[in-house]
This record gives sequence, structure tokens and C-alpha cells, in this order.
Amino acid sequence: MGKGRRQSPFLPALYKGGKTLATIAVTMLGLLFVTFFIGRVMPVDPVLSIVGERATKEIYDAAFLELGLDKPLIVQFYYYLRDVVQGDFGTSLRTGFPVSGDLIRVFPATMELATLGTLIGVILGVPLGVLAAVKRGTWIDQLARVIALIGYSMPIFWLGLIGLLVLYGILGWVGGPGRLDIYYEDIVPTVTGMILIDSALDGNWDIFQNAISHIILPASLLGYYSLAYISRMTRSFMLEQMSAEYVITARVKGLSEREVIWNHVFSNIKVQLITVIALSYAGLLEGSVLTEIIFAWPGIGSYITTSLLSADMNAVMGGTVVVGLVFVCLNIFSDLLYKFFDPRAQ
Amino acid sequence: MSASDPTNQGLRAWLLTDTPTSRGHARLAAWYQGWLSFRANPMTMIGFVILLILVFIAAFAPWLAPHDPFAQDLAARLQPPGSENYILGSDSLGRDILSRLMYGSRITLYIVTLVVIIAPVAGLLVGTIAGYAGGWADVVLMRITDIFLAFPRLVLALAFVAALGAGIENAVLAISLTAWPPYARISRAETLTIRHSDFIHAVRLQGAGPLCIITRHIWPLCISSLVVRVTLDMAGIILAAAGLGFLGLGAQPPSPEWGAMISEGRRFILDHWWVATMPGLAIFTVSLAFNLLGDGLRDVLDPKEGSN
Repeated sequence: MGKGRRQSPFLPALYKGGKTLATIAVTMLGLLFVTFFIGRVMPVDPVLSIVGERATKEIYDAAFLELGLDKPLIVQFYYYLRDVVQGDFGTSLRTGFPVSGDLIRVFPATMELATLGTLIGVILGVPLGVLAAVKRGTWIDQLARVIALIGYSMPIFWLGLIGLLVLYGILGWVGGPGRLDIYYEDIVPTVTGMILIDSALDGNWDIFQNAISHIILPASLLGYYSLAYISRMTRSFMLEQMSAEYVITARVKGLSEREVIWNHVFSNIKVQLITVIALSYAGLLEGSVLTEIIFAWPGIGSYITTSLLSADMNAVMGGTVVVGLVFVCLNIFSDLLYKFFDPRAQ
Repeated sequence: MSASDPTNQGLRAWLLTDTPTSRGHARLAAWYQGWLSFRANPMTMIGFVILLILVFIAAFAPWLAPHDPFAQDLAARLQPPGSENYILGSDSLGRDILSRLMYGSRITLYIVTLVVIIAPVAGLLVGTIAGYAGGWADVVLMRITDIFLAFPRLVLALAFVAALGAGIENAVLAISLTAWPPYARISRAETLTIRHSDFIHAVRLQGAGPLCIITRHIWPLCISSLVVRVTLDMAGIILAAAGLGFLGLGAQPPSPEWGAMISEGRRFILDHWWVATMPGLAIFTVSLAFNLLGDGLRDVLDPKEGSN
């Protein structure tokens, strides 16, 4: 490597890129192996669940061989891997459709929810964090801390239940469980799978409004979690920067406090902040599992859970792999972003 | 012991001295000063007191609980809070919610304790071995850690419980399996900073083997950052356990696990709000207490990351 480094500046970059790709590949391989392993130790006989309880010995054996269950585990893993790489997660026993199709259908619902949640978290959390840092030690700082602590401590499924009870059941301010009222369902043509975007594209504002009334409560709950995390991180990034000497220089130059905070300090934490937001987004994609169940939200979280409860292992494995993949990608994305935009990290 | 001044004031001065006379003295003084700054923060103390009460309730649940948590009384089902005999109301089978919450605190503490023993120890082992051995062992162990970190935690726990079967012990295992990687990361980072320090070289020159160095010299130095992280994670453990219980994958009925109680109460929530609300409040209070305590402990034990 030493020689190459001197000859061309591209080789190290190539080397680094290759290393990142290898890291992703190894992580994904491990992820697949763990899911595969979980699927195999499940106390469910995959043959029985296909051929049924009353199948004859011959049919059972034929299915057994067809599934490749006579092969060693590592060979089975190889077959599984080969299928997954081609986008084939097998067939869901519960829905009867290919798992990959199911996942494409349910994923946008989760993404819609998590995106809106993150938006809420960023819009409220970043200013709260900045304010807490600027007014450090005052009651505003304490308040921000308490808000975040409550967010960290709240069981989300319980808060969701109470929210539904009060805001939907008693006050009727928001829509109930599900993405739309039942008579609005399946009207808007599916383009992205995200109802807010689809209905807007279709120009159907009634449905748009209805969708908003349904999504606002679960998205706010997720947003609250994201807010707790983002505001705390923002505060500590801000404090770290505000103790730097360039801040004094800027003040000495006679800049107003507002200019110092927003133009100097805040622009220095942007990159760190984006990585935090990416991580929080990944967290919400996962954290939406319980929220989706409470709100009967037909996303990937409730897909995995209902499949799990009906011992539909193909669906569970497929769902877990997809969530894991998104998780890994977001992690690496935030990592790269950091390296790319922040010269100090190089 | 400088017993020259046996009064309380003298003890205080002795504990606050800058010039300790022995190793034990220095350790005691450090503990005392930590306790003072810990005590100075009212929020931390609130968390601490809540947890003391929780432990007390869990320990003496059979004496404190007004009813048998499993005794059904169908004549007195779904009594609202504040009714005679049922301070927090009764559930759909006429069981006293307060008594069930009290017994449930045992399950919560049981789960938290087990996870807190298993996960950090596993992480400590992996992290220190990776950090101290370096080379291939480091690469392989850290890659495994990253794979587990890459997993969405709740989904992984769900899948594990599904594979192992529902139940408290399996929930503990599943949560531990998803909780250890951050500890491994922390211990590895600590080990890397300590590994090449002079005192380790000195110990090695005295003839200490790797095992002795890791267990007697590296582990003690990893403990304080681990403890901080553990206290901050406890709330997450409680929430994860409650989530699994809520999904029916943790403690099984009729066990008074708080998450499972919410799940039972969910069916009646429109007309009988208290059945699901009370256990939720309990979960919230306890995890808030852990978070308050963790926040304060971080300031005491880990000044470089503190919010001072």
C-alpha cells in the first residue's frame, strides 16, 4: 500500500471504499446467519407447516428433501443466502404471498410513520437543544432535561394506548387506529405506498386530511422519542463548541449573540447533528414495532410481530433482514457523511 | 485512622482530606466526596429514593400487599380506583391491581438484575479480550459485536424469544443478547487506552500473565464507565421487558408482570381506563427513577462526560 499511496491519491480512497464495502458485506452476512440460525432453532417444523398434519410419510419426505433439510446446516445456509441475494425470501405461510412482495407492500407505511416522526423530532428537538445549551443552568435547561428524561422513561405502547383513549376515544380530536377511515381505503392509486404522498399526488385532499388525522398521534409519539434523543445530543454538541476559542473571537469581533450562536457555533455542529438524526431515524424504524401494534398500523413492525405470533418464519426472517439492512445502511451512511463533511475526522 | 478528633466534624474533615494517609483512606474519601456530589443533585436523590422504595416493596410484597395478587373475586371485578378495599381498582378477574403491582415489582427487579449481571459481564469479557489481544481476535470479536449492534434490538429480542419460547428467563436471555455489544465497545476502548500505559508494563515486568493483567488491572478500570452505562440502560431494559410482556412473549399470565398487565387492560381501556393505566404508571415511574439515578451517577463517576 505504501507505494501506491505515494503514486496516486486514488488508491487509498479505493482501498478505503473497498474496506467499507467489505465491512457492509461481512455485517450483512452475519445478520443473515443470525436470522437463519434463529429460524432453524424455532420449535416449528417447516415441513409440517407446508404439507399439513395429515400428510403421508411420502409427501412429508418429498417436501423434506425439496426444502433441502437433509443437507448440512451450512449448505442450507448457502441455499438461503443464494435465494436472499436474488430477493427471494420464500413464501409467507400466513399471507400466502412471497415475503418480498409483502415487505415491499408494508415498508412504505413504516417509512411514512418514521419519517414524519423524525421530522417532528428534528423541528422541535434541535431548537430545544440549542436553547438548553445557550440558557445552560437556567430553568429552561432543566425543563429541557426533564422533557427528555420523561421521553426516555415512557413505555411507548402505554403512552400510545392512553393517547388513543384520550384524544380519540374521549375527545375525538384524532383518527383512530389504522392509516385511514375504512371507507377511504383503497381509493387512492398506490404510487409510493405512502398515503400522504399518494393522496397529494392524486389531488384527493379529503383522504390527505383523513390520513393526517390518523398518522398525527403515532408520529408525534415517535417524534417525542426522537426529540428526547436529538435535543440532548444537540445540547452537548453545542456546549462542546461554545467552549472553543473561536467563539470568544467572534464575540470580541462584536458579533451579536444570535450571530455567534447560529452562524458560528451551530454551523459547526451540523454534520454531527445529521449523523445523530440518521441514527435516530434508524431507531424509529425499529422502535415503531410496538407503536404499529397499538395503532394497527400495517407496517413492517406489525408484519414481523404478527408473523412471529403465527410462527411464520420466512416472513419473520425476511422482515428482520430488511430492517437490519436499512439499519446498517443508515449507520454507514451517517458514518460516511461524517468522514466526508468533517475534515477533522479524516 | 486519625482518631485524634472523634467528633462528627472530625470524621467529615478526615473524609474530605486532600492528603489521605492510606489506600483505604483515599478510597473512603473518594466514595464520600462522590456521595456528596451525588446528594447535592435533588433529581438524582428523587430517583434514588424511588428505587429504594421499589426494592423495599419488592422485598416485603407479601406483607405489604393488601390482597393475594392471584385471588380472583368475580363479584368485585373492574372496581374503579378508590373504591373500598381496592385503592387502585381491580382488574377484569377481580384481582387487586395494587397487590399485583407490588408483586410485579419483583419480576421487574428480577429481570433487570439478571440482565445487568449477564450483559455487561459478557461485554466486558469480549471487549477486554479483543482490546488486549489485538490482531485477529480483535477484528473477529469486534465484527461480531458490530453485527449484533446492527440488529434492531427489539426485533432481535422478539425473534429470539420466538425461537426460545415465551417466558421470563428467555426474555432475560433475549434482552441480554441485544444489550451486550455497547459494553464490549466501551470495555475495548478502555482497554486500548490502558494497555500501553506504564503501570501495565511494570506489572508485566513483574511477571504477571495476560489473565492476571486483564482480571486484576484492566477490569477494575473498566468498571466505572460500565456502571454508568448500565444505570442509563436499566430504563431501556425495563421498557424492553415490558414491551415483550405486552406482546405476550415475556412473563405469562397470570403472572403480574407490568407489561402483561397493560396488555390485559387494553381490552377494557375505553370503559375501565385504570386497568391499563396503573401498570403503565408503575413502569414509567421506575424507569424514570433509573434514568434520574443514571444521570446523577454519570456526573459523579464520569466527570469527563458530565453535564457540569
